[in-house]
Amino acid sequence: MAQAHASNFKNPVVKWIDSRLPVFTMLHHEYNEYPMPKNVNYLWAFGAIAGIMLVIMIATGLVLAMQYAANTAIAFDSVERIMRDVNYGWLLRYVHANGASFFFIAVYLHMFRGLYYGSYKAPREILWIIGVVIFLLMMATAFMGYVLPWGQMSFWGATVITNLFSAFPIVGDPIVTWLWGGFSVDNPTLNRFFALHFLLPFVILGVVILHTAALHICGSNNPLGIDPKGPQDTVPFNPYITVKDLFAVVCFLIVYAIFVFFMPNYLGHPDNYIPANPLVTPAHIVPEWYFLPFYAILRAIPDKLGGVLAMFGAIAVLVILPWLDTSKVRSCKFRPIYRQFFWVLALDALVLGYAGAMPAEGNWLLIARIGTAYYFFHFLILLPILGKLERPSPMPASISEPVLKGGGRVAAGAHAKPMEKA
Amino acid sequence: MRALKTVILSAAVALGLGGTALASEGVKIPAQSWAHSGVFGTIDKASAQRGFQVYKEICAACHSMKLVPIRTLAGIGFKEDELKALAASYEVQAGPNDNGEMFMRPGIPADRFPSPFPNDNAARAANNGALPPDLSLVAKARVGGEDYLYAFLTGFEDPPADVNLMPGMNYNKYFPGHQVGMPNILSDDGVAYADGTKATAAQQAKDVATFLTFVAEPKLDERKQMGVKVILFLIVLAGLMYATKRQMWAKLH
Repeated sequence: MAQAHASNFKNPVVKWIDSRLPVFTMLHHEYNEYPMPKNVNYLWAFGAIAGIMLVIMIATGLVLAMQYAANTAIAFDSVERIMRDVNYGWLLRYVHANGASFFFIAVYLHMFRGLYYGSYKAPREILWIIGVVIFLLMMATAFMGYVLPWGQMSFWGATVITNLFSAFPIVGDPIVTWLWGGFSVDNPTLNRFFALHFLLPFVILGVVILHTAALHICGSNNPLGIDPKGPQDTVPFNPYITVKDLFAVVCFLIVYAIFVFFMPNYLGHPDNYIPANPLVTPAHIVPEWYFLPFYAILRAIPDKLGGVLAMFGAIAVLVILPWLDTSKVRSCKFRPIYRQFFWVLALDALVLGYAGAMPAEGNWLLIARIGTAYYFFHFLILLPILGKLERPSPMPASISEPVLKGGGRVAAGAHAKPMEKA
Repeated sequence: MRALKTVILSAAVALGLGGTALASEGVKIPAQSWAHSGVFGTIDKASAQRGFQVYKEICAACHSMKLVPIRTLAGIGFKEDELKALAASYEVQAGPNDNGEMFMRPGIPADRFPSPFPNDNAARAANNGALPPDLSLVAKARVGGEDYLYAFLTGFEDPPADVNLMPGMNYNKYFPGHQVGMPNILSDDGVAYADGTKATAAQQAKDVATFLTFVAEPKLDERKQMGVKVILFLIVLAGLMYATKRQMWAKLH
């Protein structure tokens, strides 16, 4: 006779199901008992926040898709119908449009947290790479979503970005024609972008599940970057991390709500309230803010193909980051030199973002070039060398030790309170 | 180290908040005070109604507002019978009838505002080649929003000596490129306000900018009122969450 799963649940219905399909055991294991290092700070909440944003985007997007019409003749007007005639359509659209920005804010902070605390290092390389895949999927989804309202920036943004592929020799132009479904960005392009914009979030959801699965194999990193030595170093995910994450989620939602209700168009571009017109090019074509650093890298290289390769390269270096960083020490807390360079990289990303919003000429072009050079220098040269040369500061023996003793064994006094360190 | 971090974080905030301001170019657009700005600001309905009068008597001669249903004006205080009467004053095309012919009928509040020209080409032909933009979303489609609209409408002046105006063009201080097909259309007492407000050109510009803000964002008041409630709720919820978190974690130490 077939063996049923030995379930520990008391409720007879739950037990009946669980002994045949142990989903309750799985959920209990992964979300109740899952041991989290007790010293994680609030930066660890951005994974949960990003997850919530994905759910918000799918929920609002589904309802918007019921009202939206993907046809160049009526797409713009159908969005205005949503804004004016659909019950709470304005709310759905503003939550969705600003949601994209806040999803990226959460994910960028999540990524920089990973960079600072070395969350990409062994054994979490695949976890990190899956994260980069999610980031790429998000960029594709966000780009295609921005095309749907069929405003001026939608149309011209789509034209610029799809044209990037024409930089590749021989195959470039056929690829662009294939992407467009014609000889310019037009109705077939809009149709397929809508189909893909609907599909990709569910692909993201699937990859997020993989990301979580990979995380639960290795366990979460923590601000000290050292592995938990036993139960004294961890807390069960529920209720300790659940309640902490929920508090962080609500704080994040407050900032999000300020944008949705009081400045809903602040992160957008006014030109996108002008219907797409293939005969009129806007003075400056700028992508959404979350693409600006990559846009700056693209324009910093004087050669078109070179620019495209550099832009994709900027993400490719993230894929091989676990092997570029040769230091065995995870957390920047114990890497006095690299810690400085981490902040230089953060500043570099912001400068690139600013330069990306400016016309690519004069000083801004020069700044973008310096920023691009530093970006690649940081990953390709600095990280491999620094890992060999840098002398890490002394590390605590376990997670509990600095928590209990107020960080007595941690060399640098300024970093004595891991709980408060943001 | 700390200082560098502060600089970076404040730069992040400034950059995030400065997104759209970057696109403005040329002359700085002076900020006006609007009844609808700020967290609790609502559309000044009297001003928007006067602005509608300016739109109807002046702007509508050339500009369409084709995304806006006439019933939208209920949001600035038009009663149902007023809306019906207003709608009926427009002729809209309907049909085809049983003989296959299009015909004209009086408008109803669900109709959109009829356009002055049948298509863009006709609009260009009547306006020296320039296309008067649709006004439905103009308050959201220009850098500077309603401040820009006010500045533009009051920004016509004689061209500086070194500027060569192209034929049929007019000089405007705030228009990108300064040369614009539209003439200085607002003049003192160009309309007669029923409520006794003195119809200076500046007052008309202010009123029509308020009106255009309303038609671009008819749910503005509703949005802000909901926003206040949502954020108050979230702040209370955050407080409760934080207290719960403190209490739970206190047991750990």
